[in-house]
Amino acid sequence: MMDRIWAFLTSLRLTVVLLAFSILLVFVGTVAQADEGLYQAQERYFKHWIVWGFSFFGHKVPLPLPGGYLLGMMLLANLVAGHIKRFEWSWRKLGIHLTHVGIILLLVGQLTTDLFSRETQMRFAEGETRHYSESAMNHELVFIADADADTQELVAVPARLLARGGELRHERLPFTIRVKSWWPNSEPAFRPPMQQNGPPLAPNGIGRHFDFKQTPETRKMEDRNIPTAVIEIVPPKGPPGAWVVSAWAGDETLVAAVRASYSRQAGPEMGNQIGDRLIEPQTVEANGRKWSFTLRPARVYNPFSITLLKTTHKVYPGTDIPKDFRSRVRIENPQTGENREVEVFMNSPLRYGGLTFYQYQMGRDELDANRGTSTLQVVRNPSWLTPYAGCIIVGVGLLVQFMIHLVGFVSRKRAV
Amino acid sequence: MKKWLPFIVAAAMALWVLSTVRAPADKDFAYTEFGRLPAVFNGRCQPLDSVARNSLLQIREKQAANIEPWKGEFENPKLIPAIEWLAAVMMKPEVADAWQVFRIDHPELVSLLKLPEKDKEKQSDGKHYSWNQMQPSLDALEKETKRASKVEGAHRTPFDQAVLKLQQRLMLYTRLKNTLQPQDAQDWPRELAEYEKLIVPGMAAMHAQQAGKEHDKAVLEKFFGFLQRFDTMSGVEPPLVVPPHHPERSRDGWMRMGEALMEMARGGKLHEAARHYAAMAGAFRSGKPDEFNRAVDAYRQTLAPKLGPELTKADRECFFNRLQPFYISMVIYVLAFLLACASWVNMSEPLRRSAVYLVALAFIVHTAGLVFRMWLESRPPVTNLYSSAIFIGWGAVVLGMVLERFYRDGIGTVVASAVGFITLIIAHHLSLGGDTMEMMRAVLDTNFWLATHVVTITIGYSSAFVAGFLAVIYVLRGAFTRTLSEATGAALSRMVYGIVCFATLFSFVGTVLGGIWADQSWGRFWGWDPKENGALIIVLWNALILHARWSGTIRERGLMNMAIAGNIVTSWSWFGVNMLGIGLHSYGFMDAAFWWLMAFVVSQLALIAIGLLPDDWWLSLRSRPPSSRGGSDGKRGKDSNGDSKLASA
Repeated sequence: MMDRIWAFLTSLRLTVVLLAFSILLVFVGTVAQADEGLYQAQERYFKHWIVWGFSFFGHKVPLPLPGGYLLGMMLLANLVAGHIKRFEWSWRKLGIHLTHVGIILLLVGQLTTDLFSRETQMRFAEGETRHYSESAMNHELVFIADADADTQELVAVPARLLARGGELRHERLPFTIRVKSWWPNSEPAFRPPMQQNGPPLAPNGIGRHFDFKQTPETRKMEDRNIPTAVIEIVPPKGPPGAWVVSAWAGDETLVAAVRASYSRQAGPEMGNQIGDRLIEPQTVEANGRKWSFTLRPARVYNPFSITLLKTTHKVYPGTDIPKDFRSRVRIENPQTGENREVEVFMNSPLRYGGLTFYQYQMGRDELDANRGTSTLQVVRNPSWLTPYAGCIIVGVGLLVQFMIHLVGFVSRKRAV
Repeated sequence: MKKWLPFIVAAAMALWVLSTVRAPADKDFAYTEFGRLPAVFNGRCQPLDSVARNSLLQIREKQAANIEPWKGEFENPKLIPAIEWLAAVMMKPEVADAWQVFRIDHPELVSLLKLPEKDKEKQSDGKHYSWNQMQPSLDALEKETKRASKVEGAHRTPFDQAVLKLQQRLMLYTRLKNTLQPQDAQDWPRELAEYEKLIVPGMAAMHAQQAGKEHDKAVLEKFFGFLQRFDTMSGVEPPLVVPPHHPERSRDGWMRMGEALMEMARGGKLHEAARHYAAMAGAFRSGKPDEFNRAVDAYRQTLAPKLGPELTKADRECFFNRLQPFYISMVIYVLAFLLACASWVNMSEPLRRSAVYLVALAFIVHTAGLVFRMWLESRPPVTNLYSSAIFIGWGAVVLGMVLERFYRDGIGTVVASAVGFITLIIAHHLSLGGDTMEMMRAVLDTNFWLATHVVTITIGYSSAFVAGFLAVIYVLRGAFTRTLSEATGAALSRMVYGIVCFATLFSFVGTVLGGIWADQSWGRFWGWDPKENGALIIVLWNALILHARWSGTIRERGLMNMAIAGNIVTSWSWFGVNMLGIGLHSYGFMDAAFWWLMAFVVSQLALIAIGLLPDDWWLSLRSRPPSSRGGSDGKRGKDSNGDSKLASA
């Protein structure tokens, strides 16, 4: 039995079958991006063991396919087992060995990247300083209370827990959170005073001034989902209170967008007032301490800060084609005493503190057109060097193998 | 005679090539000189000649204007070069407006605009129409444009697309008309002089009006009338023809004529360019060649001290435009292809040799064009889809010629000329989209990665196509002729195998380099973007062919069928993924290209079907004993362990 499994695992026909399935998966997973969106398709096809049913040019095909993880692992097993069984040292095989070692490295590297890499974004306007970056996809509900004069206590509840619904408790929080509704994507609408409004979503905080309605989840690359939840906070004593928490209020760029939108509709003064209503702090008191809370993009804090000094956004004359995107930033790190300026631009990222900062987007402040804004993509990927090494090893391996063939071929031709 | 045939054929074609190098002299108006003047369009500095050719390509799908399209090919219709057409559009629009240069292919669009159908009496060819002919029904067009532009790209009908295309063509034409003077100018030099005189009193009147004081209303109205026209003029975004005031400080400060004229009102001097172009326009309109030529010359001399590099670049580009190296090499490739195929009929060595010489000649012209383009742009060979087509062809010709060098059996020549010709045709159709030397967006603006990743992956495409076309030859010759001997089959098999190895090397390295570039520019080695996946599929497909061969799953015929399928895989990666319209590499939906791609895929599937037919159906195999038929698949004994194959392959 073991022999048969071993023979199966090491056979070249298995390689052929696995490669064929890989081609099928990559093809289907690419075409499906048109229907399911890039991110969703990536998750479902390439980062799963089995794909249950796939979409093909707008049609649903109810057939299972082996997913990216399964094929990757099988290929890896097949490759390693094949080498154990057939390994013999000879110069003629050097190329094949190198190629396969490189491919193992690439497969392992991609797996570790999947597991350990993290992408966040740092968005700021000229003059602003950030010591954290934010996730573009994930949100968190944070509760903040003053611990003492200098420090604050912060408890972050990941949005996926809210999405599950039910009751949430945390040992550091003196109250229970009940999720009444969770909308992965939503839209705000101001409740103009003195007008016939429907009943508010919640009688407290921003719920008094804004209605939110659920909108379909977007799958496009360029759009984001902006969640809103209605929660109930149940203190140890006293009646529970209902609140609306929304990323529309917890994300500065969205608040700016709301301000700009209402400024266009009702003039800058009204627009600003409405914007201020959106960011009115929401707080509850429990056990004598005051906790403020917001739903915001999930943050990752850094032990250093980055200040955006200047943005440059050049286009080719007479067109909108971007010619140059760059941000001049200052890094300040109290631990190392560093305080220096550096430029981040297209194809020239900044690598600092285990993170890499890429120039991602450029824009203008929604309210002040003279003020440039910049978004840096912040990536932590401990295995970022493996593709470089893998590429070199495979490249050399294939080249060696090809040269061996070529030299053999040419000398045989000459001999004829 | 037979011995000399190859030399005679090659020399005749070489003479033809040389004859195109010399410029024909201008008869009266110095159009060539005019075409060499620099302007900025599509974000880059280029000669007016390029503006003319690229615009005419978009409007008429040809680089020359036929202003009597209703006449047959042999009735000597009047053809004029693009620059002559552009000169009229810019300086004598009432003449250009009557020329039937707008190509309309969709019959429903023709009837929507109430245009005449093909009718020689009424001077209509049913395909090309003039600006004037379309004027009465522009409302109908606008209504359809509004509707069609709201439809999402992928759901547009051919009619919608035709409407939008025509709208774009009309837009471009309007832009060109407003390049040098307002499109409604009757006597531009006189109007310009009038405006110049009006500036001081006009500004004074304007200030007085703003201060609420008494002012000359007639002057103000006239002055505003001019400003309004200039504002409209730059509003349609014509080419930027007015060079920067201080090119030594910034070479990007080009202006539109309308902007330069408005700048004057704000206290600037009349720009030299405005004065000279007005002189040209005046002379052109009144039909005075000598005056026109003097004005062109005078303007050039004012540019020379400060804009030397721009003038030189414009001259070079004009030379390149006139040469049309890719068109020339395309013609020679066709000839070479026919000769090489003919050489198989009677195994004629002189014919084969002639074909080889022709491919070499075409290759020299092809290479010259490629290098000249690189030099003009200061870029590696591949910067966009257009240049990828040119480079894929070039790479395939190199590989084909190497094969010919070793085998001397015409196969390499046929593949080289066929792939060279097809890719250049594809490039020609891609050039209809407009300027092929467009500027690179910031994220792509890195010669290092363009030179490494893009070039390597494109060589991967070339070699995959060469392997595929070799296999096509195997199938066609094997099934339909008796010329596929055992030796030829074995030779083809070795060629395909070697080229697949080569393709694996380049597509793999190219793909991973692309990943590294992505890691460098946005921190993601692999993003499962459609174009990345397309490249990955080519790598996997080549790996699959090699492993299937080593494991004994396929033999000679299977190898050929898989190599033909490689054509489908490669063309999908090259074009198909762009049509999905997703991801960072997408270039938008290309309707016409989609049907060609489908046709290509179907043709390749048909060839594979032929490749799968039993031996007895193949003319070449029928006469051979079963043992030497080069192995249809599945007849081989136990040989699942590929190592023996590995060593012997």
